[in-house]
Amino acid sequence: MQREVSSIFTLPRPRRVASFPPLNIHSGDEDVIITSEIPGIDPADVDLTVTGDTLTIKGTRKPHEVKEGLTWHRRERGSGDFFRTVQLPYAVDAGKVQADYVNGVLKIVLPRAEADKPRKITVKPAS
Amino acid sequence: MEDTKKNLNVEKAQVPETAGAERTKDRTVFIPAVDILEDANNLYLYADMPGANDKGVNITLENDVLTIEAQVDGVSFEKHNTTYTEYGIGDYHRAFTLNEAFERDKIEAKMKNGVLSIVLPKAEAVKTRSIPIKAG
Repeated sequence: MQREVSSIFTLPRPRRVASFPPLNIHSGDEDVIITSEIPGIDPADVDLTVTGDTLTIKGTRKPHEVKEGLTWHRRERGSGDFFRTVQLPYAVDAGKVQADYVNGVLKIVLPRAEADKPRKITVKPAS
Repeated sequence: MEDTKKNLNVEKAQVPETAGAERTKDRTVFIPAVDILEDANNLYLYADMPGANDKGVNITLENDVLTIEAQVDGVSFEKHNTTYTEYGIGDYHRAFTLNEAFERDKIEAKMKNGVLSIVLPKAEAVKTRSIPIKAG
């Protein structure tokens, strides 16, 4: 009851617009790992492209084939095309990008480009 | 048909903590999004539970309440900092009251690509129940 009353008087929280698929980004020194929950797709329906420091995820989640005689009780799972572009913290080596899809979670490992890695410069003493 | 399609851009909903009682595990529990369909012989249920594998899923049918649960092992990247998050990782829980009888022994469930599919065959007694109405 308390909960119900208080919820009436609190304004809705500002929510960011949810985008599909949702992404989590894990950055490291050598590579960036991006994980994304995309349940129930065929990995062949996902298109990944990397250009410099930009990753694009494109794909389709197919709707149910509703056969004759089937009636809906609930329909909460979304379907349709999805498209997302992510700016990575640094340029990546597009040739070494690896992706796998396990239990509905897409994992993309993007190694940092050799040319983009920080270089240590030794200061020479004056001769 | 287009307008009956569900939008993809929906955030995962959390199971609220019931007043007074807390879960023993300090872990977020999400409500999986489901599609439920029915035909003359079966009830079909599909639930999105990304991150869960077939070993972590638990389905129970007790007193006409179908409960689906899944435990998800979180992933950690030791050499990485999680710098940006759009989704949380946690377990799944949802329960449905079934208002029909089903063949309990013939319920089939499988887990594929983070989607749980359950087929519940209707009990024979329920299938044939058209009752003719006599004119008075």
